[in-house]
Amino acid sequence: MSAFLALIRRDLRLTLRAPGEVLTLILFFVMIGVTVPFAIGPDKVLLARLAPGIVWIAALLSALLALDRLFRPDQEDGSLRALRHADISLEAVALAKLIAYWLTTAVPLMLATPLLAVMMNMDMALLGRSLVSLLVGTPGLAAFGTFGAALTVSLRHGGLIAPVLILPLSIPILIFGASAAAGGALASAGNAALLLLAGLSLAVTALSPFAIALALRLSED
Amino acid sequence: MSKSAPLPVRHLAVTDLTCLRGGTTIFANLGFSAEPGTVTLLRGPNGAGKTSLLLCLAGILRPEAGTIAWSGRDAEERPSTDMHLVGHQPALKGGLTAAENLQFWAEINSGDPNLIEGALDNAGLSHAAHLETRLLSAGQTRRLALARLLVARRPVWLLDEPTAALDSQGDKWVASLIEEQIGAGGLVIAATHLDLALKKSRSVRTLKLGPGK
Repeated sequence: MSAFLALIRRDLRLTLRAPGEVLTLILFFVMIGVTVPFAIGPDKVLLARLAPGIVWIAALLSALLALDRLFRPDQEDGSLRALRHADISLEAVALAKLIAYWLTTAVPLMLATPLLAVMMNMDMALLGRSLVSLLVGTPGLAAFGTFGAALTVSLRHGGLIAPVLILPLSIPILIFGASAAAGGALASAGNAALLLLAGLSLAVTALSPFAIALALRLSED
Repeated sequence: MSKSAPLPVRHLAVTDLTCLRGGTTIFANLGFSAEPGTVTLLRGPNGAGKTSLLLCLAGILRPEAGTIAWSGRDAEERPSTDMHLVGHQPALKGGLTAAENLQFWAEINSGDPNLIEGALDNAGLSHAAHLETRLLSAGQTRRLALARLLVARRPVWLLDEPTAALDSQGDKWVASLIEEQIGAGGLVIAATHLDLALKKSRSVRTLKLGPGK
């Protein structure tokens, strides 16, 4: 267990030492919220109705932006190879990387969501629903993302391939995430969507370490 | 570090090993064995397959044919947890200090954090313990990469050009590390171009790879 925590701690520490990347991520997330009203016009009612979906798209795109720094630095400096000989299995390594990725991307994005809410004219209830749906859904997104990053880690210019691979896989999470966040007349359907989202997210997160570890093993062959 | 406790006994037997990379045969029908308390030096020209052989032994590359048998281990245990592989890349994080890097490897390899100070001292890096690793020179980085072996004791060391970037003092240091490891009953396999300054020639074997072996 301490070996598992050591890996999460190391990744968190590295992220905190170079906070620029997370700040860029948050800025990107907020900028999407800033640009959308320019594109669709300053109709407050329309914006509020679209807001949950836009929050989800912004979160998805921002999370994809961070994929390339998930395994590539470890691959380049040889840590990934050395981690094959760690006292924990590669599956546990994968889960630790996934947790660290979630903590350093999804959590900052959720913290920045209120900022987005102001720009999208969301009320408190809608903001609350959006945050809950993000909290429930982002582990699944992170699991798909980590899998994509593991699959493409050995490609020299794989930077954009992982997002392209992962986007279609993420669509179910996006559908249930956005409908779980929707308020108003759709709120009762939203509760059902939230449960489905939770199930989906849990299943993906639970199964992903095996797929990620397999992808990492194959990447060397 | 002297008078270290004996390490678990591991034997290695390689038979008919064939390795392909990118469709090209790197080496074929290679057979050798290694005993505890010995060092096997892999020699051969560039591209002879020294690194590929180490990666096969480390379980990272899958050989095309042949067997690699480690004996002396519980069948339940994962082979990878009783070996260290040091490749060309140092497996260190530039953003962490030297001590933090060793701390990480000690924790994840279930080593002993109390050994960190001694390992830094042994590597001649105690003055640099709190420097960020990206500020270290190539030779210092290599020393730190090898110091990783000292914070979690394991019987098998697979070393790829361990003395690259090191000065003559560093060469002697690497030789002393290897001697200490085989003195404690460990097994070392090292790919190298340069002669390592090893004393006990009885326990040193050389395996030539490549054409005209």
